[in-house]
Order: sequence, then structure tokens, then C-alpha cells
Amino acid sequence: MNPSVDRDAGFPAHHYLNAGTTVRSWLLTTDHKRIGVMYLGLILIALFLGGMFALILRFEHLTPGPTIMDPVTYNRMFTLHGVTMVWFFLIPAIPSVFGNFFLPIMLGAKDVAFPRWNLASVYIYAVGAAFTIGAMIYGAADTGWTFYAPYSTSTAITVTPVLLGIFILGFSTIVTGINFIVTIHTMRGPGLTWMRLPLFVWAIYGTSIIQVLATPVLGLVLLLVAVERIFNFGLFDPARGGDPILFQHLFWFYSHPAVYIMVLPAMGVISETVSCFARKNIFGYRAVAYSSLGIAFVGFFTWGHHMFVAGQSTFDAGAFGVLSMFVGIFTAIKVFTWVGTLYKGAIRFTTPFAYISGFLFFLVFGGMTGIAVATVSLDVHWHDTYFVVAHFHFIMVGAAMMAFLAALHYWFPKMFGRTYSEGWGLVSASLIILGFNATFIPQFLLGNMGMPRRYYNYPERFQSLHVASTAGSTLLFFGFVIIFIYLVLALKYGRVAGRNPWGSLGFEWNTPSPPPPHNFEKELPTFTRGPHEYQVVPEVSNVA
Amino acid sequence: MNEFLRRVLFLPEQASTFSRQVDSLHYFVIITTMIASTAVGMAALFFFVRFRRRSETQTTPYLLPPLWLESLFVVVPLTFFLAWFGRGYRDFVLLQTPPKDAMDVYVMAKQWMWKFSYPDGPNSIGVLRVPANRPIRLLMTSRDVIHSFFVPSFRIKQDVLPGRYTQTWFEAVQPGNYQVLCAEYCGTNHSMMRGEVIVLRPDEFDTWLADQRRGLVRSQDGTPTPDEDELPQANLIRQGEQLAVRYGCLKCHSIDGSPHIAPTWLDLYQRREPLESGETIVADEGYITESMMDPRAKVVRGFNPVMPTFKGRISAPEAAAIVEFIKSLRSQPLEQARSRRPVYEPIRRP
Repeated sequence: MNPSVDRDAGFPAHHYLNAGTTVRSWLLTTDHKRIGVMYLGLILIALFLGGMFALILRFEHLTPGPTIMDPVTYNRMFTLHGVTMVWFFLIPAIPSVFGNFFLPIMLGAKDVAFPRWNLASVYIYAVGAAFTIGAMIYGAADTGWTFYAPYSTSTAITVTPVLLGIFILGFSTIVTGINFIVTIHTMRGPGLTWMRLPLFVWAIYGTSIIQVLATPVLGLVLLLVAVERIFNFGLFDPARGGDPILFQHLFWFYSHPAVYIMVLPAMGVISETVSCFARKNIFGYRAVAYSSLGIAFVGFFTWGHHMFVAGQSTFDAGAFGVLSMFVGIFTAIKVFTWVGTLYKGAIRFTTPFAYISGFLFFLVFGGMTGIAVATVSLDVHWHDTYFVVAHFHFIMVGAAMMAFLAALHYWFPKMFGRTYSEGWGLVSASLIILGFNATFIPQFLLGNMGMPRRYYNYPERFQSLHVASTAGSTLLFFGFVIIFIYLVLALKYGRVAGRNPWGSLGFEWNTPSPPPPHNFEKELPTFTRGPHEYQVVPEVSNVA
Repeated sequence: MNEFLRRVLFLPEQASTFSRQVDSLHYFVIITTMIASTAVGMAALFFFVRFRRRSETQTTPYLLPPLWLESLFVVVPLTFFLAWFGRGYRDFVLLQTPPKDAMDVYVMAKQWMWKFSYPDGPNSIGVLRVPANRPIRLLMTSRDVIHSFFVPSFRIKQDVLPGRYTQTWFEAVQPGNYQVLCAEYCGTNHSMMRGEVIVLRPDEFDTWLADQRRGLVRSQDGTPTPDEDELPQANLIRQGEQLAVRYGCLKCHSIDGSPHIAPTWLDLYQRREPLESGETIVADEGYITESMMDPRAKVVRGFNPVMPTFKGRISAPEAAAIVEFIKSLRSQPLEQARSRRPVYEPIRRP
């Protein structure tokens, strides 16, 4: 049975947004939806800051010499950009905002398993972020977001407060991860078997496992750097008897899986939205679900591909190289499945769909260049150049950001009960996709030419491509400004969305928009089908 | 074809035996990547048009991929990926295994310069001279933080670590000048930690090396590492250099012109220096000696008065030796090897 667009329900009189209007009712809320909205606010601030840092860096690169700042400011600026974007935006973006808001509704539950811990995680996030940013203002670290020892343990510039800020923030990730795992295991509604879970839930499940297993290692390694700085222990600095490669192993043991913390939820969003806008069952539900777990597992054994030229053994390089190829395969399976889902679908081209298209291109191109840098001998030239910068921005900004924007546009009507201007949505989506390509494709070429990353001054032969990249980044900026304007306007003046403006079968669309405080009007739902089953007759016919 | 693809992909010239080999795989990988992402994009685009929604009540069939198609999804990309890896790893092993007959050069990195030393004597800062068509093995270590030795035209890169040696090798195929870049972030002047490989014809290299050994041409000498025990103190200059290390002068004063905590010693002698007081002095023997004994008396503009006094710590003959060492630090205009025009700006000493 295919649902048609349902706008009749209108704007409900009572919903989670007006269930309490005092500041206190927001600050002390345990409602997962309000927590999701608070995260959205905090994360948008982080995105704004990180984006401005990036823009300032791009402007510095307009000329080969000094342009608008001195080298120390530049080094602090790229550290700030990396720290803000990785830890304050990308890692919490989709799980903490959309995961919090939609996971319980998708599972047919009133809330997550530990609502008070959920609230605590917001405060841990805010304290950690404020601590880090405050520390950066008073004595900005200039180590880069990677904190490579022994530079980070021997530089005269203050580093420790920044490390502690990120250490605190890590607990917010861990708490959220545990909360989601327990919720998915114990709070699924009647009839909601594992094979009926929305693919977004599978992706969040995989992400949460990585968060819980990997984040403590990050906390540990940051703490060890702080210990070396404060007590002069010789852990990483050879001058004090330590081993600098040990730092890199520990750091990437977290930070490579962290890439999948950013990308897995993005993949979940795409699975949901592709199915909805193509109005078709996922072309291989099990393949997508299990490949999420596959990525979560294999992702833990590929960290050494960040260290091919760092001084690890040749054998290690080979082992990490082969394992990296397998992570690529899981991603390839997902891409084929999404494209296959479009086959014989009934596709409606909307703003979220524009972002899905962008996502597919960026993920395939970024993923394939990822396989290219995992090809050991090629990485020797590309390592620590702009090629790598462009590659991971294709995955993190390209893919993860596209999915974040797709999710924001897809779920905005459900979260706030109103729709935005579709025309402006498509304008800004085209600007962002175009601007993104214009920013980062020149950076691939810069990397091929041999432009190392984190260079304040650069040889003149690189200038024209740097200027092209900066031009692209301003396009990106305008794209985001337009989105911000029309979404804020839509909050007040947007057309009432109704229960199900997209005609989606996703479970979250069964509640009013915005949902009532306890998610469902009367009793909790029971489940008799999966969320992606758009077929008329439930009868399996194979493609031949 | 090779030249065409190299230019399209903006790759630098292929100046080593390894670069040509690694580039052919590069072309193959990038072309496959382009074809695959275009194919996925085109398939999606075709589906957007062909299967666009025609009515709001439209229904779709329930489709699942048959097993053979699903296996194809896995087997085809995996075959490609593993083929790339196999070829790439073979080349990587080659890069990790220097030929037995390679000539050794020691590389010492520190913030923010490169020093190259030859086992039989000469050493130089920032400029590595090597003969063409002969494998060169670089044995590298760092004195402070991690650096990375990167020559884009040779397609080689290797991190340089404090407290241990790493190695890499190359065989340059044609004389010329090639840029060395530091690829691992190492602090404030990371982006200025550049150097240069000058590839000479083998006979030119032999002449240069012989000249160095005879001491006829005194090029810029490097900072000796503490473990480098160069014994007989043959002349005042060498003695002064060792004293400058022992007293820690070179922790703040660079000798290669790079900016550091204190004024560089390169070309210091007879230089006109503006002072904090507004005067200008000429850095002669008298001023240099005074600055050792009473460093706060005349501070060069733009530097902090952080130098301790060495009065009573440095004897008169020692001070003279240091002065002679400073006087010996003269920059020479960079010698242009007989070769093609370099593709980047050569280092110009101030």
C-alpha cells in the first residue's frame, strides 16, 4: 500500500515544542526531541565557527606569502578548524541531532533508555566545547587536530587545556553511544524485529558501537600527552625516552574509526531518503544493514594506512593496505544498492534528493580516491599533501555534510511542523554542490603537484589553483547563508507540513508534525511491516 | 601518452627511476576512478529521468538483486582494489629496499632546515648534491620533532624521526634542480623548511666532491650534531664552530639565514644592524665580542633581549675562534647546475 501525501492532519495544538515554554523546561528537559533540538542549535554554532575558520584559511592562501595573518595565527587557525569541525560538528552532527530525535520514534518508544544521561550528554558536550574554545582563545594550540608528538609534547605553546576539553567532550559521545545501543536492544516496539528496523537505526547502531569502543582510546592518548607535558614522563618524546610512533598508533586507532562515526550515520540517512523519494524498497536491505556492521568492524583494523611513510614496518604497511581495501568493498556494496534502489522507482526530485545526488557523487569519488591513497606506493607521493586534504574533505564535507543537509531538509517538516521554500532549497543545494567541487577539485590537483598540507607560505607555482579553491569556498559560504535564511523564515512562515508531506513509509511519519511530548497520540504503535516496503503486492520478484 | 597524462593530472616532472614506475599505476588508478564515478553518476542520472514519478499514487515493484548480481557487486571492485594493491605494494617494497651499491648520504632535520652530510667529509645545509644515474640512500634522523623529507619530482617521501634512523632511496635520471619540502607539520616555519636536490653529471659530482675534500671551496658548513666528534681542531673556524655548539649559541642563532630567536650569523660580519636604541652599527669583531660579554648593551631591533652573558665563561681565545667562525659564514650565490630550467624558484640566500 503506498501512502499518499498527508497534509490533512494540520498543525497539532499540543506538541513537544509548546509542552513547556519556560527556559527551565528546556534546560532540564529529558525529552529526547528537545535534546535533539538543543544539539542542533549547538552544532550549528560549531558549524558556523568551523566554517568561518576555513574561510579565513582560504583567504590566507590567496597569495604565496603572508596575506592576512602571521604564521603562528595560521597554525592556530587550522588547528581550530580541525578541532571544531571534527569533534564539535561532524562526530555529533547526525547521531546526536537526528539520532536523538528520531531513534525512539522509529522504534515506537516514548524516549531513549536513559533520558537523564541523555540530558547530561548535552551538558558534557557544551562544557567540553566551551572549555576547548576558551582554551584556544587564551593560549591557542598550534599542533593541528592530530596533536602529533613530540611536537605537541614539546612546543612552548599551551596545549594541555585543549586536550582536556576534547577529553571531556569524548564522554558525551560515549554516553550517547551506550544510550542508543541499549535503546535499540531493549525498546523496540511489538513486531519490530531486527530485519524490520529502519536502515537509519542500523547505521546508528554501528556508529554507537564504534563510539563506545574507540572514544576511550582517544581519551587515553590525549591524557597521556597531557601527562607527558605536565610531569615530563617519557611516553612519546624520544628525548625523554618515549616513542613518537606509539602516539600515532594510538591516535589513529581512534581517529580512523572516527571517520566511520561521521560517515555511517550519513549512509543511514541516505538509505532512508533514497527509499522514500524513489518510493521503492531498498535493493538489498540485508546487504546495507550488515555492511554497516562490517564497516564498524573492519574499520578498527585499518588505522595504519595513515602511517605508510611514518616509519612503521613494510609488512605492517602491506597488512593495513589490504585491510583498507575491504572497507572500500562495504562502501561499494552500499553505493550499488542505493543506485539499484532507483531502478524502476518512482523518483521525486526534491531538495533532499538533490543532496542525495551530491552525496552519491562525493562518496564514490572520495571513496575511490581513498582506495587510491590506500594503494601503498601511490600514497608515498600523496601523503600529507593537498590530495589527502581533498580526499577526506570529499568524504567528510562532501558525503557527511550532504547527508546532514539531506537529513535536515527531509526531517525539518517533522521536527518543526512546517515546510521551507523548495525553490530556494534547490538553489542553495546547487550552489553548495558546485561550490564544493570548485573548492576541492583544485586541491586534488595541488596534491598531485606536491603541495604539502599545513603550509602557511607556498611556492608560487601553486597559486592559481589556490585562488580557484578560495573562489569555490565563497560559493559554499553563500549556499549556507541562503539555507540558514529560508529555514529560519520557515520556522514561522512556512506552510503547515502535516503528518507526512513526503508520502514516506518511515515509522517516524506516523506521528503528528511536530510530534506530541511522548511521541504518540494514544498507545504505542505495533509493527507489521518494514519501513521501506513500498511494493503493492508483497511478492518477491527478482531482477533478471 | 605518459607526458599527456602527467600534464593533465598536474604531476611534476619524472626525475627519478621510481617516479615513472609509480606514475603508470597512478594513471591506471585515476582513470578507473573517473570511469567508475562517472558510470555511477550517469546511471543515477538516467534513473532520475527514466523513473521519475509520474503520479502521486504510482506504485513500484518489489525488487531484490539476484545472488549473481550481488556477487558481481563484490567481486568486480574487489578484484580491481586488490590488483591496485598488489602492484602498489610491489613498488612500495622496492622503495623500502635500497640497492646494495647505493651511495649513502646522511640527512639531519631540525626546525627548520635540512643538513646533508657525506660519509667522507663535506656537508651542507639546504642543498643536497648527488650524481645522476646512481642510487642514493638517505639515512635520516631529526634533532627535535618529526619532519618529512619530500621530493615531489622523485615521488619519494619519508618521515624523519627524532631518536631513530629512517631510510629512503632514489636514483635521479637527469641533472637538474629539484625542490625538497618538509611534509610533516613541524611548527611555526614548517612551510619554509625547504631545500634543494642538485643532480649533477657524475663527473661534475666527482669534481665537486674532490674540491670539498681538498677544502678549496668552503661552502656553508652545517651544525655538527653533538655526537659528531670531529677531532683535530685543525683551524680556528672549525674550533669556533664546535664552541658555538658547546655553548649553545646555535640554539638561537641560525647559520643558514633562517629566522630564529636571535639574529642569524650568516653574513653577519660587516652587516649594518639597526638597534633598539635607533642607532645603526656595523657588526665588526668588536661588536660581536661585546655582544657575547654584555649582550643587553646593543640589542638588534626586533629581537628580545633574552641572551645570557658569557663573561667569564668564554675565554679570549675561544671568543676569537667563535668570531672567526661567524666571519666564515658567507653566503654564495646559488650555483646553477648545467641543466634544464628548474620548475620552481631556487633558494636565494639573502
